[in-house]
Amino acid sequence: MPVTAAPDWIRQKRDPGWLARLLDWKPLLVFACLLPAVGLLMTFLTYPLGLGIYLAFTDTTIGRRGVWVGLENFQYLLEDPLWWNAVFYSVFYTAVATVLKFGLGLWLALLLNNHLPFKSILRAIILLPWIVPTVLSAIAFWWIYDPQFSIISYLFVDVLGWRTTNIDFIGSAWPARFSLIAANVWRGIPFVAISLLAGLQTISPSLYEAALLDGSTAWQRFRFITFPMLLPILAIVMTFSIIFTFTDFQLVYAITRGGPVNSTQILATLAFQRGIPGGQLGEGAAIAVSMIPFLVAATLFSYFALARRKWQQGEGND
Amino acid sequence: MPFITRRNALQLGTAVPLLGAGGAFAQSKVQIANVAAPNLPIENGATLRMLRPVKFVQPDEDIWRANCARFTQRTGVQVRVDFVGWEDINQQTAVTANTGAGPDIIVGFQDQPHIYVDKLVEVSDVAEYLGRRYGGWMFQGEKLGKKAGTNNWIGIPVGGTAGPCVWRKSAVNSVGYQAPPQDLPGFLELCKKLKAAGKPSGFALGNAVGDGNGFANWLLWSHGAAMTDPEGKVSINSPQTVEALSYLKELYQTFIGGTLAWGDISNNRAYSSNELFLTSNGVSLYFSLKNDPATRPIADDTEHTIMPPGKAPGWPSAPLTMNSMVFRHSRFPNAAKALMQFLMEQEQYEPWLDANLGYWAHPLRAYKDAAVWTSDPKIAIFRDSMDNRFWNGYAGPITEASGQANAEYVTVQMCAAVASGQSSPADAAREAERRARRIFRR
Repeated sequence: MPVTAAPDWIRQKRDPGWLARLLDWKPLLVFACLLPAVGLLMTFLTYPLGLGIYLAFTDTTIGRRGVWVGLENFQYLLEDPLWWNAVFYSVFYTAVATVLKFGLGLWLALLLNNHLPFKSILRAIILLPWIVPTVLSAIAFWWIYDPQFSIISYLFVDVLGWRTTNIDFIGSAWPARFSLIAANVWRGIPFVAISLLAGLQTISPSLYEAALLDGSTAWQRFRFITFPMLLPILAIVMTFSIIFTFTDFQLVYAITRGGPVNSTQILATLAFQRGIPGGQLGEGAAIAVSMIPFLVAATLFSYFALARRKWQQGEGND
Repeated sequence: MPFITRRNALQLGTAVPLLGAGGAFAQSKVQIANVAAPNLPIENGATLRMLRPVKFVQPDEDIWRANCARFTQRTGVQVRVDFVGWEDINQQTAVTANTGAGPDIIVGFQDQPHIYVDKLVEVSDVAEYLGRRYGGWMFQGEKLGKKAGTNNWIGIPVGGTAGPCVWRKSAVNSVGYQAPPQDLPGFLELCKKLKAAGKPSGFALGNAVGDGNGFANWLLWSHGAAMTDPEGKVSINSPQTVEALSYLKELYQTFIGGTLAWGDISNNRAYSSNELFLTSNGVSLYFSLKNDPATRPIADDTEHTIMPPGKAPGWPSAPLTMNSMVFRHSRFPNAAKALMQFLMEQEQYEPWLDANLGYWAHPLRAYKDAAVWTSDPKIAIFRDSMDNRFWNGYAGPITEASGQANAEYVTVQMCAAVASGQSSPADAAREAERRARRIFRR
């Protein structure tokens, strides 16, 4: 290529316009490409959350703009026995239901992991309670627990004749609390069982073969192979399960509305009760915000107590 | 342009079948005074939007719509009516009032116009005209229609329904009574006997907005207790309340099991299945029994009386009342007022009242002679229910707070705490006072 031709050729190339240069600028490109995702997140996650937190510091009622009241809502909640009662039952409900769901769910997953006839159909059936819309199962349980028309009471009183009075499922505090937990466990088991089953199936059979050759017992195989290999997925599933249970609303609201005398009020139902029918949006928001520390704590527990492998926290595997 | 709209409107109006017209052929007994109507020149090109709670029975909606269509026919003003669920209408009213946009007229529940007084158009001219024309407003009409302590009307009450004692004649007779006694000790005695006879009474003590609050209100008012005093100061923690709760402690022993978990529908179900023999409910229970052939015998055996008044002057039940209001943001206030007046006129109102079978009772005295009140002797009790001297938030002014106390079940839970043995009457009254102070703090 003759050197003298170069200037002509170069002259023809015009400086790129400011727009082209701007669009070639990497930071801007990054910004532009992120914009849709960030926009969606801001609109549908950050804004409602931020608004909820802001409302918690005001005395807004439905339709009336409130004024900033600082921590007043929270101060009131701290001296409100109903809030403490809801905190107690939320934690109790979540803890007991989670333990039962994981115990039974893991057991069910282990059973389903065996070679059973009609395995696929069985697995599909197991998922049913989780597929049914919560409100429908809640209404079904509402009938099951009805003081007058409970099918269980009917069985025991009219069919079997073992009792003379109907069973008091939701008419007094502790039976109502455990009845709700039972409904929640029934609903939550499939999620746990199917997720853990997925985890079980990723465990290489060669590990079990090796253990068998070493003369291990069934318990030892569970304790030293199944359980450790399952821990990562257990942590994720437990995090989700705790969050779902703690923020449960439909079951409690449809079956007891927090009654009798607020004994089954959880934070979500109390927040709704104060915020929407009661109209005190600010106070309702404060109750909802007061759930956040509990949720963060539960999540951190799942992550740091159960998921101790480095790769789960973004580092190389050990 | 307005002229064309009006013509179109006229055509549309005649196309709508006038369901309400059928009632007008029957000879009406309602006494009407000849009074000049207020002059309400309808704005050019006016259109109206109205919000109303959903119907009890289908003719409620059909005739309401037909009446609005007739208004369109007469005046050319298009009217759009939306029916909203009972749980949602208060919230929608709040948003409408505070954003200054939305329907021109909301037919809300009783306390709503009092909460949004400064957003409403005064309707004294229409209310006073209606009062003079139809024999005067009944107690609830005046109480709910007028701004507290004034003669300025902010709402036009449309109709209300109270909750009487609903009982099985055979059961009450079988334990030696003709009817439930009207004194409190006698009533307790009756309930004890019913329980002993295996035909128990029961009242909702769960979080039931209608029945729970209705029962708690009766209990308090019949003992001379009230949430607030006439000035609106919280007065729930009183010896009268403690007395009422002590009475409840005994009365609760006579209830059917499970009332602490009862919602609004529970007593209807238990009563309809021969498990419950005395309760308190609106007229809907009787009609659902009457209209189902399977439960018709229960309906025939059912009677309505007022709940024992105790220390109360008259029937201690606050009727659930539809109360209509016209918003200042409406661009056509005269048209809106004219529509409200039109709907309350005999030609429209009486067929509507009759079609509702007694679900709604009139707030204007002259409608006592409407045919509905003699159609079935068992609903005659509702005829004068708008003369009850109690309202939600009694004895104080009607405010946002009184509605909130209702929605948060403050008195219901006070009663339930005592009934369940969880609290002593004194402790429960104190706890209710604590919650009420927070709610009534503004």
